[in-house]
Amino acid sequence: MGLLEGKRILVTGVLTDSSIAFHVARVAQQEGAEVVLTSFGRTMRITQTIAKRLPTTPPVVELDAGNAEDFDALAERVRAHVDGLDGVLHSIGFAPEAALGGNFLNTAWEDVATAVQISAYSLKALAVGCRPLMTAGGSVVGLTFDATVAWPKYDWMGVAKAAFESTARYLARDLGPAGIRVNLVAAGPVKTTAAKSIPGFDEFEAVWSTRAPIGWDLSDAEPPARACVALLSDWFPRTTGEIVHVDGGVHAMGA
Amino acid sequence: MAASEQEILAGLAEIVNEETGIPTGDVQQDKSFTDDLDIDSLSMMTIVVNAEEKFGVRIPDDDVKGLSTVGDAVTYIQKASA
Repeated sequence: MGLLEGKRILVTGVLTDSSIAFHVARVAQQEGAEVVLTSFGRTMRITQTIAKRLPTTPPVVELDAGNAEDFDALAERVRAHVDGLDGVLHSIGFAPEAALGGNFLNTAWEDVATAVQISAYSLKALAVGCRPLMTAGGSVVGLTFDATVAWPKYDWMGVAKAAFESTARYLARDLGPAGIRVNLVAAGPVKTTAAKSIPGFDEFEAVWSTRAPIGWDLSDAEPPARACVALLSDWFPRTTGEIVHVDGGVHAMGA
Repeated sequence: MAASEQEILAGLAEIVNEETGIPTGDVQQDKSFTDDLDIDSLSMMTIVVNAEEKFGVRIPDDDVKGLSTVGDAVTYIQKASA
């Protein structure tokens, strides 16, 4: 029996088949889950085409992380395909160009606000939007990039990720009584379409190739995807507010 | 069987038309996706993904950067599907 047999999982953030979210959806289906994807606007066509590359083609519902009305309508849109949810993957992030790439001291608040809204606040909006579907409890899992330290060029996206990690802890507090767990996977760098748009991404490559004690393959999204699926399953029943590092061990090394 | 250059061009023109509304007749070998056809990165990604499906090939992101003209894409797809 698969880890997610009988589970209904909403997966955000599938853009291409290099997306970590694509691999979460794939592994989730392989482990028995019924998957629904989200996408928005002009990326919808890409997601719909990519969805056909999954073992089973899932439905795709509209969700723009910058649009409050979409979050209000989310439960209804998802309910058209499944009668409830057992798990949700948050794989959404965005920062305007001015907020990344070494311009930290000059970034305007408007750009920072966008990064925080789309990359951090959206976790709260997604969890609350899905809550009516998680009547028997459930698992919310998000993807972060270790925000306890400063990285080259990552700038305000790093600040947004710190807010994201904090948001997960507060959600764990407030959704715990409803039986909903909220956990994050801090993945090492994976060469996705989104990652390639981060200036200085290559600099991470050097760090991981020398510092990961068990090694790290930037082209392999399977390790973080498996961790997400594990956290979506019933195998972490009393784990919430946690950040699981899937980074080859880099976070634990001093040098 | 691998598609001919003309078939690939026609198929690609159809995909470009679906995504951008650009008439298929304007999608010529010597046209630049960005400079002549004014296609942005998101539309380009949509076109690539749909071309992958249509022609049964894979075009990695790193290779997409090298496809500046329609002709570059046609040649790439023809080689990849050969």
